[in-house]
Order: sequence, then structure tokens, then C-alpha cells
Amino acid sequence: MTKYILNRLFHSALVMFTISFIVFFIMFKAGDPVELMLPPDATQQEVIEMRATLGLDKSFLVQYQKFLVNVSKGNLGNSFIYGQPALDIVFERMPATMELAIISMLLSIIIGIPLGIISSIKPNSILSRIIMFFSLTGISVPVFWTGMILVLIFSVILGVLPSSGRGEVYLFTSAFTVDGIKHLIMPVLTLSIFQLALILRLTRTGMMEVLMQDYIKLAAAKGVPRKVIVYYHALKNTLIPLITVIGIQFGQLVAFTIVTETIFAWPGTGKLIIDSIQNLDRPIVVAYLLVISFIFVAINFIVDVLYTFVDPRVRV
Amino acid sequence: MALLEVNNLNTHFFTRNGVIKAVDGISFSLEEGEILGIVGESGAGKSITGFSMLGLIDKPGKIVEGEIIFNGEDLVKKSEEELQKIRGNEIAMIFQDPQTSLNPVINIGHQLMETILYHNPSVSKKDAYNACIDILKLVGLPAADKRMKSYPHQLSGGMKQRVVIAMALLNNPKLLIADEPTTALDVTIQAQILYLMKKLSSNFNSSLILITHDIAVVSQLCDKIAVMYAGRIVEYGKKEDIIFNPQHPYTKGLIECLPKLDDDKERLYQIPGIMPSLLSLPKGCYFKDRCEYADGECDVYPPEQEINGRRIFCHKVK
Repeated sequence: MTKYILNRLFHSALVMFTISFIVFFIMFKAGDPVELMLPPDATQQEVIEMRATLGLDKSFLVQYQKFLVNVSKGNLGNSFIYGQPALDIVFERMPATMELAIISMLLSIIIGIPLGIISSIKPNSILSRIIMFFSLTGISVPVFWTGMILVLIFSVILGVLPSSGRGEVYLFTSAFTVDGIKHLIMPVLTLSIFQLALILRLTRTGMMEVLMQDYIKLAAAKGVPRKVIVYYHALKNTLIPLITVIGIQFGQLVAFTIVTETIFAWPGTGKLIIDSIQNLDRPIVVAYLLVISFIFVAINFIVDVLYTFVDPRVRV
Repeated sequence: MALLEVNNLNTHFFTRNGVIKAVDGISFSLEEGEILGIVGESGAGKSITGFSMLGLIDKPGKIVEGEIIFNGEDLVKKSEEELQKIRGNEIAMIFQDPQTSLNPVINIGHQLMETILYHNPSVSKKDAYNACIDILKLVGLPAADKRMKSYPHQLSGGMKQRVVIAMALLNNPKLLIADEPTTALDVTIQAQILYLMKKLSSNFNSSLILITHDIAVVSQLCDKIAVMYAGRIVEYGKKEDIIFNPQHPYTKGLIECLPKLDDDKERLYQIPGIMPSLLSLPKGCYFKDRCEYADGECDVYPPEQEINGRRIFCHKVK
């Protein structure tokens, strides 16, 4: 087990190293941030001085090497724009993004799995057909459209929900205050509709496949009640592929809240990264992507550990 | 009175392409402690007959007609809840493929114990556990204690089938239905498992329905044999009569197919052709296209004849 974890850690480090190189290179090629930072009437002298202060006058390899040396000391550099450590800025924005992602994922799981099970037991009933119709809609409609339609209905026409911002924050989250919850509803809905539909459909497909297996029929032949067969014997088997997908989807939720955050002006990392790319603020972009890839790597690890609880065949 | 009496059982599947009469009006009976073999090719309706006994016919299938009188009560008329009390308790089933009959993510102990606990909620977990250990020892599974904690993938095919048999015997059922219990096993294990089942069914005084395509297996174990073809029984009688003096051309063919040691034929006998699709059955006798004795008379389905306690459906047997 220790060997397995060490192996995983080594691979993770390799992944993150590669990502840092690629991102660093792309941002290097993307353009010169100094011209964006200084007022249009700045002199040539000022531009050269600014470049030298930020170390941007050096060659790519020298810059990258310096970056690596700093990383080994736990320093991902200071933002060109804000002048503060890039990592601090990313972390400061992280709770808002994580809050959106976690609440959306939980909502999708809590609603998606039961609905998926219901629609798998009697796939031809009217209820199943209604569920499947809405899940098909949910999976097909693009996120930006859902977001804007929600704003149109609830903010513009009905005027019951705020269209932007995070509201009152308590203990890193807005889920504990009434004002915060009001602000959360629409972004969370926007994010969860697709995830919910995806989880629902996967649960349904998985359950329908498992329910046809011999061991389900044998359980019935043993006289095990139908409810136990569905919610224990079958669901436990269906969870195996589901956990993988939920893990991957959660990583995507964290990384791609960008659209939602932009629509609702949500002060999370998604909005930060869009702004930073436009400003060519390389340290923040690199720091953000490293944090995101770390989250991906960590989720994959957690999924693998969860696997061993559900599936005895992969126990190490 | 017989333990089980099946009268004119019809189990049909209503598919898009038409009605499939998987079981088409079969009748047989079984005394306490008796062993009945149901023989036939794949798709003859043997397994569906077995599942009909338990009321485990999935949609679009349905028992449309007939009675299954078990212990004096008609199972066809019973509700799902009443059937659930009978399944695994009074009637138990052993499946064909041990590789797929056990749930891969639940340990053996749980899968065994739930069979007891759902039928007898008053039994303590400890007693149920001990009962499982006893039965695992009885079916010859070494290190039963350790096996209770094992998962199916940690067991070999033969061991899994022993677990499945143990599971079926836990509640001391009056009737055991074994659907091709040895087909998926190595030849070396087959004989062991068959012997075990025979021994256990006589120990527990259970009746046994043995479903198989292997007439050699039936000839070793059974008291009675029913030969099925395309959803119907074509010949039904005592084992000695059927094996040593087969009358129906299909039964004759099946027995002819077996290799014999004292025979130096180069090729084994084959019944020509294949069983017709249940969706396009020939008019008259279903076997006539493969039968060397068939003539114009066979364009009408043969009536039931009873000759010396044997039931047979063939115009050519008089």
C-alpha cells in the first residue's frame, strides 16, 4: 500500500511538472504583459525597466528555471497585476468556486441517483418517461443558455433572485445565510442540471444492466425482497462505474465553473482565470492550473480509494 | 398426493415479433424425494419451465395458462409476496453458471445468511452464521470459516457452485430445481457435484428437478425423465423406459448421439437439422422436418398417448 501511494505521488508530481511547463510556455508566447500594465503614454525607458523588474527580459529557459527554483521553495511568484503572491490570490478565490462545485455535485447525486433508480425499475412507465424527457433536455441544453434563461425568469421578470454576486458570506460559504442562499440558487441550478442529467442517465443504464444479471435473479430465487435486491444487491454494483464518473465530473465542475461564474459575476477562480488570461498575468494562470491539476490528481486518488470499499476485486 | 403437479402449463413471451410459446402446455408430476430430469436442446423451454415454478418470469413473459400445484396449492394464483416466502424456502433453485450466479461485490457469508434471515427473521445472526458454516462443510467446501468472508472472485468455479448449492439447501427446501448445474464446470468436478446433489437431496428428502441438455447426466441420477422439444414435452416416463427403450424418434436420436465405449464408429450420430424457431413452428409435429419416419400423417400435431405408464406424442408409436 505504501509503495502504491508513493508511486501515485511520483506520477502526480510528473503530471504537475508537465502541466507547469506547457502553461508556462503558452503564456510566454501569448504576449507581453508589460504593455497592458503600463499606461499607453509610458516611455520606452519605463517599459524596459518594468520588464527587468519582472524578469521578463530573460530568455524562456532562464525564466522557467527561475520559476522551478522558486517552486521548490514553495513560491509560485507574484501576480504581475496585483503584486501579491499568485497562490494566495488563487486560494482566496477558491472557497467560492469549491462551494459552487460541491453544492452542485451533492445536489446532482442526491437527486440523480434516486431518479435514475426509479426510471430503471420500470423503464416504460409514464414516470420514467417524464424523468427521461427532462434528463435528455438537461444533458442537451448548454450551460450558458440555462444560466441566462434563469436570470431572465427569476431576476428580470419575477425579480425574486439576485442576478449576480455571492451575497453574505459566513464561514467561507454563503450557504449559511439567507442572502447567500438566494445568491446560490441560480448558479447551482445552472451547474447541476447537466451533472444531474448525466448521473441520472448513468445510474439508469447501469441499473438496467445489473438488474438483468444472473446474481439478481438468484437473489430473487432465494426470496430476497425486491427492495433489498434493487437498493443493495444491484445498486452496489452500479456504484462502481458511477464513482469514476462522479470523480471526473467533480474535477470538471471545479475547473469549468468559468462560464457560470462569468454569467453570475461569481467571485470565484473561474472569473479570476478569465481576467488573468486577458491581462497575461502568467503567475496567476500557472498557479491556478497547478492547483486545478492538483485537485484532479487528488480526486482520482480518492476515487481509487473509494473503489476498494465498493469493489472487493480491486482491493490491494 | 404428489408434491408437485404441473398441469397444462403455458408460459409465453409477448415480443414485438410475435408470441413465443416458450412453454406450451406441459404437464408432469413429482413425488416427494423423487428426481425428475428435463432434457432437451437449448431453447426447448427447460429453463423457463424451471423459472415458472418460482414465478420468476420477467416481462414480456407471462404464465398465461395452467396450474402448478405445489403442496396442494396453486402457485400460479399466488401473489408476489406469497411467492417470495416460498422462493428459497420451500422451492430453491441452482443456476447454470456459478461464475455469474453470485453477486461479485457482496461477500459469501452475507449472501448465504440473507437466505436464512429473510425467511426466518427470528433467527439470530449467530445461529444463521453457524448454520451456513455447517452447510458449507456439508457441500465439501474446505475452510468454511474463511470462505464466509471471501468474495466470489476469490473462489474457483467448482467452489462457487458448491456455495450456490449450499445456498439452495439452507432452508431445507421440499423442491430443488437445478438448471444445468454442471454445464459450466470441468468434467472432473461435474461428477462430484452431481453425486453431491443426489446425496443431499436424499439426505434432506427433497425432490429434485434436474434441467439439462446432457442425457448422460439424467441417466445417472433421475427417477423420471421428461424430454422437451420446442416448448412441449414429447416423451415422459420412468428413467429405465426412456433410456433403455426410447420410443419417440427425438429421444432415440438424443441417446444415439452419446458416445459408447464398445462402439468403434468413426463419427458420432447427429440429429439432422436444428430445432425450429419458436416464432415459425412447422404445422403439425414440430419434429417432423428432422424425423426420418415423418410422413403426411405428421402434418397434424400428434395426440397424447399413454403406453405402459409412459406419455408420448408421436403418430409413429403405436
